Amino acid sequence: MAAVQTRSERALNRIAIAAVLVITLIFLAPVYWITATAFKPRNLATTIPPTVLFEPEISPFVKLFTKRSQLREAPTPEEYAAAPWWERMVFDGGEKIVRSGRGEVQPSGYPNRFMNSLIVAITSTVLAVGMGTFTAYGFSRFRVKGEADLLFFILSTRMLPPVVVAIPMFLMYRVVGLNDTHWGLIILYTAFNLSFSVWLMKGFIDEIPKEYEEAALVDGYTRMQAFFKIVIPEAATGIAATAVFCFITAWNEFAFALIMTNRRAQTAPPFIPSQVGSGLPDWTVIAAGTFLFLLPVAIFTFLLRNHLLRGMSFGAIRK
Amino acid sequence: MATAVMTSLDTKSRSAPRGMSDIRIRNLFIIPTILFLIVFNIFPLIYSLGYSFTDFRASSNAPASFVGLQNYRALLNDPFIWLNFAITAKYVIISVTGQVIVGFGTAMLLNRDIPLKGLLTTLLLLPMMLSMAVVGLFWKLLYDPSFGIINYTFGLGSFEWLSNPDMALYAVAITDIWMWSPFVMLLSLAGLSAVPKHLYEAAAIDRAGPFYTFFRITLPLVAPILMIAVIFRTMEAFKTFDLAYILTSQPTTEVISIRLYKMAFQEWQTGRSCALAYIVLIMVLAITNIYVKYLNKVKER
Repeated sequence: MAAVQTRSERALNRIAIAAVLVITLIFLAPVYWITATAFKPRNLATTIPPTVLFEPEISPFVKLFTKRSQLREAPTPEEYAAAPWWERMVFDGGEKIVRSGRGEVQPSGYPNRFMNSLIVAITSTVLAVGMGTFTAYGFSRFRVKGEADLLFFILSTRMLPPVVVAIPMFLMYRVVGLNDTHWGLIILYTAFNLSFSVWLMKGFIDEIPKEYEEAALVDGYTRMQAFFKIVIPEAATGIAATAVFCFITAWNEFAFALIMTNRRAQTAPPFIPSQVGSGLPDWTVIAAGTFLFLLPVAIFTFLLRNHLLRGMSFGAIRK
Repeated sequence: MATAVMTSLDTKSRSAPRGMSDIRIRNLFIIPTILFLIVFNIFPLIYSLGYSFTDFRASSNAPASFVGLQNYRALLNDPFIWLNFAITAKYVIISVTGQVIVGFGTAMLLNRDIPLKGLLTTLLLLPMMLSMAVVGLFWKLLYDPSFGIINYTFGLGSFEWLSNPDMALYAVAITDIWMWSPFVMLLSLAGLSAVPKHLYEAAAIDRAGPFYTFFRITLPLVAPILMIAVIFRTMEAFKTFDLAYILTSQPTTEVISIRLYKMAFQEWQTGRSCALAYIVLIMVLAITNIYVKYLNKVKER
């Protein structure tokens, strides 16, 4: 900050830096613990004192993707030797992989839920950002009667508590057969993200000088051509940031998914907690599932870092 | 590419309107979104308003019969519903206060030249981007009385967090504070970095003490943005569902969203839950209104 610093200011600065480091460590500890647990053998996951140093292994991930059952008796040496390396890991943990009559490995519920999450999040993001960009342009460039009221209406739909919307939607979906389908969730997430997308994109498009399009219009572009060939490329960063925010929201959403899906279209957020039923859960498998589920969001957060402020404040505060 | 398009279009008359008129484009761009939101947000609400005056149960085949305002009357006279609201209010206060203290405090610490500041800020922001339900679940392991790392780290022995009715709400709030302090921090940092440096220099010349500088310069200038963060978090905490639902099933953590969920999807009192949803909705809209008014005020400056 200031170029000239007294000794006490420098000392204060050092204390502040140390404090920031400690706070960062505390904030990241749960994330570290999830990651560490995902690579632990099961017997080290819940030890006292907690196991910090261990030899990482990928058996939790093998277990995450396969259907397993408790071993009644140890496998014969021949069986053990014939098994591929990943199946041996499961044997070592006192379990065996469930195979179909023809010997195919049966998958667990996880890969399916992960795919559902991907399908629903990606489709709803494309729809919300697509529609949102058009609408934001409309509001940004044209005179709209009652613009402030319409924008407030759009924003207020985002604020509705999910459970409040879910009750009538559940009843309506039951009539039209959209419960437990991908489209059922896609529609809900698109509606939920649309308002956000309009607000955020309006901020980005407002920043593109009108003169760019006006020059193009003078040069003979139609309004549509100007929109697609000038505004869209100029807004590319904003569109990408908005898309990532919408994706993360849809990816993380829990309440709608819990209420509207149960088997076919269930996404990962309601599925992962449902594994912790009665008895002792295998925390390494839950951690592995959690780790894979959080990984895309962690990467996106890093990519988005310069737009987080804008996104979290609906474009109200810019840097 | 652009020049090619320009020359190909140049042959047409410049004065004649080309393509669609602006008004048609405006309508084409805006109306679908408005319609979509009306069909999937407003229409369902009208639908449930109708049901809120009936004794409909989605689990039975019996047709709904009109009961007038009875659901609303019963709810407003139900002391247990008020208890749910009181729990929600307590949760909002603990969790938002915690987030402001931790978030604003961290922002104050970060608002200086710090090596790797960008990286540290990004790392600090990670929790709020993660799924509440999935990460919340993992906090169950962290809070575990016998092998959780929280009790181990702080030497709390086998302290019960989630299965203790008096502690459970605090445990949920602590997880929420962990997730959302970064949000308050992010907005505070934006506010702090916008305070003109010459004000601090002037204060230093006047030999103003750190308390004077903080209360007379920093706080008043950051207050509007901090206020946005507080109202926004209040709104979200009021609606909270995921964390409390995942972490505990204590009656002391039954916030209003969870009560609503149970009433609608476990007890199948559809009509009455629609009425409760409306009561919650009116409260949320009131807070939203305050939020948007405040946002506009801040934007104008």
